[in-house]
Amino acid sequence: MSPLSNSSDPKPESRREAANEDRAASRRFRIRKVVDRFFQILSVLSAIVVISPLLFVFVFLLSSGSSALTWDFLTQLPKPVGETGGGMANAIVGSCILVAVATLVGTPIGVLGGICVCEYGDPRLRLFIRFIADVLNGVPSIIWGIVVYSWVVLRMKTFSGLAGGLALSFIMIPLILRTTEDVIRLVPSVYREAGLALGLRRSQVILHIMLATAARGVLTGILLAAARVAGETAPLLFTAFGNRVWAAHLQEPIAALPLQIFVYAIAPYPDWHRQAWAGALVLLALVFCMSIVVRALTRQKSP
Amino acid sequence: MSESTSNAKGAVPASAEGADPQKRSAAFQIEDLHVWYGNRAVLHGISLNIPVRQVTGIIGPSGCGKSTFLRVLNRMHEFTPGVDVQGRIRLFGEDIYESRVDPILLRRRVGMVFQKSNPFPTMSIQENVLIGLRLAGIRNRGLLEERLEEALRMSALWSEVKDRLHAPGTALSGGQQQRLCIARALAIRPEVLLMDEPCSALDPIATAQIESLIRDLGQRYSIVLVTHNLQEAGRTADFTAFFLEGRLIEFGSTKKMFTNPSQKQTEDYLTGRFS
Ligand SMILES: Nc1ncnc2c1ncn2[C@@H]1O[C@H](COP(=O)(O)OP(=O)(O)OP(=O)(O)O)[C@@H](O)[C@H]1O
Ligand SMILES: [Mg+2]
Repeated sequence: MSPLSNSSDPKPESRREAANEDRAASRRFRIRKVVDRFFQILSVLSAIVVISPLLFVFVFLLSSGSSALTWDFLTQLPKPVGETGGGMANAIVGSCILVAVATLVGTPIGVLGGICVCEYGDPRLRLFIRFIADVLNGVPSIIWGIVVYSWVVLRMKTFSGLAGGLALSFIMIPLILRTTEDVIRLVPSVYREAGLALGLRRSQVILHIMLATAARGVLTGILLAAARVAGETAPLLFTAFGNRVWAAHLQEPIAALPLQIFVYAIAPYPDWHRQAWAGALVLLALVFCMSIVVRALTRQKSP
Repeated sequence: MSESTSNAKGAVPASAEGADPQKRSAAFQIEDLHVWYGNRAVLHGISLNIPVRQVTGIIGPSGCGKSTFLRVLNRMHEFTPGVDVQGRIRLFGEDIYESRVDPILLRRRVGMVFQKSNPFPTMSIQENVLIGLRLAGIRNRGLLEERLEEALRMSALWSEVKDRLHAPGTALSGGQQQRLCIARALAIRPEVLLMDEPCSALDPIATAQIESLIRDLGQRYSIVLVTHNLQEAGRTADFTAFFLEGRLIEFGSTKKMFTNPSQKQTEDYLTGRFS
């Protein structure tokens, strides 16, 4: 096989064979190099195909939105219909409030659910909860809007920030549940054993050891889920509803960036169109910031 | 504390040689212990007394049930589904499988050290040592500090870490990590220490340190040491039990077993005649 061992062979016949084999091997090597090159180019091309829409959207947003992205836009309320100027301050703050409410509601339920799935219960119950979470993950977001509309909005007889946050939290819960489950599963069981052998109660082991070890992953999951719902529009249409002024409390309709963008984009005024672009830019920037935090969290070496 | 234990130690014959372990006061009295995984029996009727304040080595080929034996002594097997235990195990006279025994409290009396060192990765050296006490509800700072130093001194780690108690436990070397795990187990002042091949992942120097530590600890604690390494058993254990396929073949003082085993199978194993 190897040319080295064959070259020491005294018989000329086998030497010729070895030379033939050498030539065949180098031909195969050349072909392999060409194929390798081909796939290299192919993967670079597909990377470009993947990245270019993102770049395109980003450049387009910047060029169309930056002209309207002024200090006023960030700090002022919308002007009455027909007047130019004004801003989306209430929508920016409203979106933050909605995401905060959703996170406050969704985090405990999602994290506890994730813990429950991987630490407690008999395996069939676990599989069932996981299955439900997967199904919920696939539910179109507008369904959550309808559900919350009929459960909360109709009962409270008003659109509200609470209802909007609740609708968003329904989207977050299965996402958080699955990431929590995954990262807790990644914690080596030797730590669980060590904790139990120290005479810690099961709940203490889960809280102080498993969850503490997986904390960064859980946090990442929460932030990713928050970033995901920050841009949701459909579930807010008939829950948060939108508001052209500040909402005084959570029991009245509240503005949200995606809603405001939607309303402004389909309006017939060029000034509103510009503001819609600016709003989209702000929304993207918010989500981008969350992703950066996520990156920073996951970049640090995990234990 | 050390005074009272050394007094108590004086009451026990210093030399293990020739003494019959079955007649000495026992930490664990194990009678006719059977263990099944599902319907597969892995321990078939083990009867054995673990002597007080001695190191008892458990040797035997891989898969003979050494770890299983260790885990039923502090009821850690209860976290493995499908394990069945029959027989009687008494810890200083008290049946540990009685319904009124709280397994949590039992595990505080019977500490455990694992094969692979596993300090909690999110905790500092100090937090690692004190976690057992903290979560058992002890808040008194003075007491915690005292126990911290005591545990680290007993595990021969104090001089190496006293200046960096707040460094992460995982920043230590492998041998230091294993001693940290021993300190963590000692901090709650157990009566018995179970060790499952504590040196098998360590280099020779770290192994020698831990072995000498185990010999020292054997003066104060009843230690059960599972090991794959016969030399290690010879060097550290006062008594040795030889397990084979879930049965106790021979139990006696280490010196006697290594020089003059009474069973043919023990002799074969010790001389490496079967693997
Ligand atoms: N969780 C489990 N489920 C089923 N069988 C198991 C389980 N754990 C161990 N066993 C079986 O029980 C027997 C004894 O295992 P144990 O781990 O006690 O052996 P050991 O003497 O500690 O071996 P080693 O020296 O390799 O650590 C083995 O045959 C093993 O396959
Ligand atoms: Mg084992």
